[in-house]
Amino acid sequence: MVFRKLAIAAAVAMAMATAAHAQISDGVIKIGVMNDQSSLYADISGPGGVAAAKMAVEDFGAAKKGMKVEIISADHQNKPEVGSSIARQWYDVDKVDVIVDVPTSSVALAINQVTREKGKAFLVSGAASSDLTGKACSPNTIHWTYDTWMLAHGTGSAIVGTGKKSWFFITADYAFGHALERDTEEVVVKSGGKVLGKVRHPLNAQDFSSFLLQAQSSKAQVIGLANAGGDTINSIKQASEFGIVKGGQSLAGMLVFISDIHALGLQTAQGLIFTETFYWDRNDASRAFAKRFAPQYKGNMPTMVQAGIYSAVLHYLKAVEAGKTDDGTKVIAKMKEMPTDDPLFGKGRIRADGRKIHDAYLVEVKKPSESKGPWDYYKILATIPADKAFRPENEGGCELVAKK
Amino acid sequence: MTEIFGIPTQAFMGQLLIGLINGSFYALLSLGLAVIFGLLNIINFTHGAQYMMGAFVAWFLLNKTGMGYWWALLVAPIAVGIVGVIIERTMLKQLYKLDHLYGLLLTFGLALIIQGLFRNEYGSSGLPYSIPSQLAGGQNLGFMFLPNYRAWVIVFSLVVCFSTWFVIEKTKLGSYLRAATENPELVRAFGINVPRMITLTYGFGVGLAALAGVMAAPIYSVNPLMGENLIIVVFAVVVIGGMGSIMGSIVTGFGLGVIEGLTKVFYPEASNTVIFIVMAIVLAIRPAGLFGTQK
Amino acid sequence: MSAVLPAVKSGEVGAQRITFVVMLAFFILGPLVMYPVFLMKVMCFALFAAAFNLLIGFVGLLSFGHAMFLGTAGYVCAHAAKVWGFTPELAILAGAAAAGALGLLTGLLAIRRQGIYFAMITLALAQMIFFFCLQAPFTGGEDGIQAVPRGKLLGILDLSNIWNMYATVLVIFVAGFLVIYRTVHSPFGQVLKAIRENEARAISLGYNTTRYKLVAFVLSATLSGVAGATNALVFQLAALNSVHWSMSGEVVLMNLVGGLGTIFGPVVGAFVVLAMENYLATLGFWVTIVQGAIFVLCVLAFRRGIVGELGRLIRKPL
Repeated sequence: MVFRKLAIAAAVAMAMATAAHAQISDGVIKIGVMNDQSSLYADISGPGGVAAAKMAVEDFGAAKKGMKVEIISADHQNKPEVGSSIARQWYDVDKVDVIVDVPTSSVALAINQVTREKGKAFLVSGAASSDLTGKACSPNTIHWTYDTWMLAHGTGSAIVGTGKKSWFFITADYAFGHALERDTEEVVVKSGGKVLGKVRHPLNAQDFSSFLLQAQSSKAQVIGLANAGGDTINSIKQASEFGIVKGGQSLAGMLVFISDIHALGLQTAQGLIFTETFYWDRNDASRAFAKRFAPQYKGNMPTMVQAGIYSAVLHYLKAVEAGKTDDGTKVIAKMKEMPTDDPLFGKGRIRADGRKIHDAYLVEVKKPSESKGPWDYYKILATIPADKAFRPENEGGCELVAKK
Repeated sequence: MTEIFGIPTQAFMGQLLIGLINGSFYALLSLGLAVIFGLLNIINFTHGAQYMMGAFVAWFLLNKTGMGYWWALLVAPIAVGIVGVIIERTMLKQLYKLDHLYGLLLTFGLALIIQGLFRNEYGSSGLPYSIPSQLAGGQNLGFMFLPNYRAWVIVFSLVVCFSTWFVIEKTKLGSYLRAATENPELVRAFGINVPRMITLTYGFGVGLAALAGVMAAPIYSVNPLMGENLIIVVFAVVVIGGMGSIMGSIVTGFGLGVIEGLTKVFYPEASNTVIFIVMAIVLAIRPAGLFGTQK
Repeated sequence: MSAVLPAVKSGEVGAQRITFVVMLAFFILGPLVMYPVFLMKVMCFALFAAAFNLLIGFVGLLSFGHAMFLGTAGYVCAHAAKVWGFTPELAILAGAAAAGALGLLTGLLAIRRQGIYFAMITLALAQMIFFFCLQAPFTGGEDGIQAVPRGKLLGILDLSNIWNMYATVLVIFVAGFLVIYRTVHSPFGQVLKAIRENEARAISLGYNTTRYKLVAFVLSATLSGVAGATNALVFQLAALNSVHWSMSGEVVLMNLVGGLGTIFGPVVGAFVVLAMENYLATLGFWVTIVQGAIFVLCVLAFRRGIVGELGRLIRKPL
C-alpha cells in the first residue's frame, strides 16, 4: 500500500519534472559531428572539427545554464552509404538531435534527406554544393560556411575585375568540379571575360603535366583550378614546376583551404588568389580563437570549415535555449529568426532557404619573404559584403522561398 | 601550323614527351613489383605503401636531419628495404608453401596498416618537399617548357631499369636468383643460401619502390594516400607486361605512359581507366601478358 | 555399406541444420536488441559474401571485381524504383537481372583464365564498370541516386514501415542463402568441387568445365545483384562506393574472417566486419588500421576463419 502510494508520487514528480524541463528530448542535447576523419578531407574538418564543436559548447556555458550537452563524432569515410547509415542510427537509436559538418556533397545530400524525414536538424559546414540551399533545400538544414556559388563568384569576379579576362579551366571530373566550373564560367562571361578552353581530369589524377601543358598553350591569362584537396595541391605544385606563373599566367584556386597552403609551402603557393570566409589572423577575436584552438589539434590553425562548426553550434545552442526545445524543425526555424553574432564571422543572418550569410574575403598567398612565421599565409585583398557574396535568394529554385 | 588529329604538332609532341616521362616513372615503380613477383612469386600489395614510405623518409631526412635529395636517393631505399626484409623474415616466409592468395591478402593488410599509421601521424593533406636546387628550372624546347627535374626522371629511370634488367637476366647473380625460384632444392644443394637470397631480393624490390617514392616527392604531393592511388595501376602494368618478365614491365610502363598521355589529350576523363581497358584486351588475347610465359 | 554412408551424411547435415536454425533465430529475434537497419545491412552483405564464397570457396576462383555486380544491381534497382516507378520486387529483379547479364558478359571474358590472371581481369572489368558508373548521367556521378522510394511490395505491403522492410529483407536473404546451399549440395556442386580439386581430371572425365565455371560465375553474380539491389532499397540510395574496388576487397575480408569455403562463414564474417566498422566509425580514424590488422592476423594465424575453426572443433563442416 505504502509502496503503491510512493510509486504514484514518484511518477507524478517525474512527470512534473519532465514537464518543467519542457521539450528537451530525454534531457540531453546531443550533437553529432560527422566528417572525414581518415582520408582526403581529414585536415579540413576532421578531428579539428570535433574540437571546434566542443569549444562552442564550452563558450556557450551550457553547464552554467543547467543544460546538458553531449558531443559524439563519427567518420563517414566520404561514402554516402556509410554516412546515411550512421545518420539513421544516430537519429533512431542514439537520440542525436543535430548533425554537424559533413564534408563531401554526396554524403551531405544523403543526410539532408534523412534529416528531413526524421524532423531533426542538420548544420552543414564542410560540404560545398549550392544545391543544399537550392533544389535540395529543406526546413531542417542550414548551410553554414561556404558554397560553390560563393566561391565561383567571389574569386571569379574579383580576378576578372583586375583585368585578367581570358580563362582556362582544369576541372575535376565529378559533379562538384563541374558545378564549380559552371558557376565560375558564368561569372567570367557576365563580367566580360572569355573561356578559352577546359580540360576535365579524373579524380585523384596524380600527374597534371599534360593538363598544364594544354593550359599553357591556350595562353589564357588565368588558369582556374576547379578541383579540391589532393588534386588542387598537385596542380599547384606542378604548375610551379612548369613555370606557369613565371611565364605570366595566374593560377586561381576555386576551393583552397589553409591546410592546403600549409601542405604546399609558401614557396610553391605564393601568389595564389582565392576566397574564404574565415582567416585566423584577420582580427583579435579570430586570433584569440585560434590560440585556444591550436593546442587542441596538433598546433594547426583552424580552417574556415572548423570555424564554421564553432559558429553553427554556438548559434544552435542559443536557439535551443531561446525556443526551449530541441525539436529539429523548430530549432532551425528559430535559428533563422535570430540574427547571428559570433567572434569568428561577425554579424550575419540565416535566410529562408537555409543559407547563412556573412562576409567573404578575397585572399592572396604571401611570398615567403612577406611571412612572419608559420601559418602567416594570407594577405586579405578585399572584403565581399554578405549580401553580395552569396547567390540571391530567389535564384536558387528553393521551394521554401516565397515567390514574390 | 600543321595538325595531328586535330591538335597542333608542337602541342602533340609536347604531350608525347610528357607521356614518356610519366611512363619512365611507371616503369621504375613497376620494376620492384615485377622483380618480387617474377622471382619470388609473391604478389606484393604493400608496394604502394613502401613507395609512400620512401617519399616520407626523404621528407624526414630533409626536415629533421638536413640531408637533401641526393642523400635520400641512397638512404631511403636502404631504410625501407630493411623494413621489407623484416616483413619477409617475420611474416611472408610462413606463406610460401600456401596459395598465392594468402601472400596477397597479407600484403594488402600490411598496406592498410602502414597507410593508416602514417595518416594518423601526418594527416592527409601532405607535406611540402621541393625540387633540389641543382635540378630546378627548365629548358625551353620550342614546343614546350621541359622542367629539368622531369628530364632527370627519364634519365634516371632508364638507368635503373636497365641496370636491374641486366643484373637479373645477364649476370651470374641473376641466374642464381632465377634458378633458385624455379628449383630451390637443387640450388640449395649447390651450397647457395636460398632463403637469404629470397629475403635480399624482396628487400631489393622494396628498395626500388622506395626509390620511386623519393623520385616522386618533389613533384607529387607527399601524403600517406599517395601509394593507394597508384598501386592498382602498377599492378596492371606488371600484369600486362607479363608477371614473370622484367623487360615486360619496363616496356609496358613506358608504353602505358604514352597511351595515357594521348588519352589525356583526346579523352582526359578516361585517363585513369584506359590502363584497365588495355589490360582487359591484352589478357583476352595473350593470357600471360605481352612478354610473359604461362607457368 | 548403405548403413554407414547415410549416418555420416546426416551427422553433417544435422550440424548444418542446427546452425541454420540458430542463424534464423538470430535474425528473427535480433531486431529486438539491435538496430534493425544495421541487421538489414548485415543480411544484404551476408548474401553478397555468400555469393562471393560460392566462387572462391567452391570453385576456387578469386574475383577482384565482385563489387561491379553489387553496385550495378544497386544502380539499376534504384533507377527502376525511382524513375520507372517499379514496385520493389520488380526493381530487385531488374537489378539482379542486370547483374546476371553483366556476369555472363564478364564471365565469358574471364573464365578461361586461372589464379591471379582471373583476379586481374575481373579487376580490370570492374574498374571499367566503375568508370562507366562515374560518367553515365543516370547514376548521378558521385552524388549517386538519392531518395529512392521503397514502395509497396507487390503493390500492397508498404515498405517504408521498417518491420515490413525487415521481414522482406529476411525472406530475400534466407531464399538466397538456400539457393546457395542447395547448389553446393547438389550434383552440380559436386562437379564444381571436383573442378576445384583437379580440373584436368574433371575434363578427362568428360565434363565441360568451362561451362560449369561460367554457370557458377553467373549464379554468383546474380545473387550478388540481389544483395546489391536489396541494399539500395534499404538505404534508399545507390552510390559509387558500391562499385569501387575497395568494396571488392571488403567482401574478401568478410570471407576470410568468417572462413573461406564454409557455408556459414560469409554470414558470420559479414556480421563481424560490419559490426567492427560500425563500432569504429564512432571512434574515428582507426578503421583501416584495424581492418589491416585483421587481414594480417587471419592470414598468419587464423586461416580457417571463425566458422572454419568452429567446424574443426566439432569435426563437421559448417
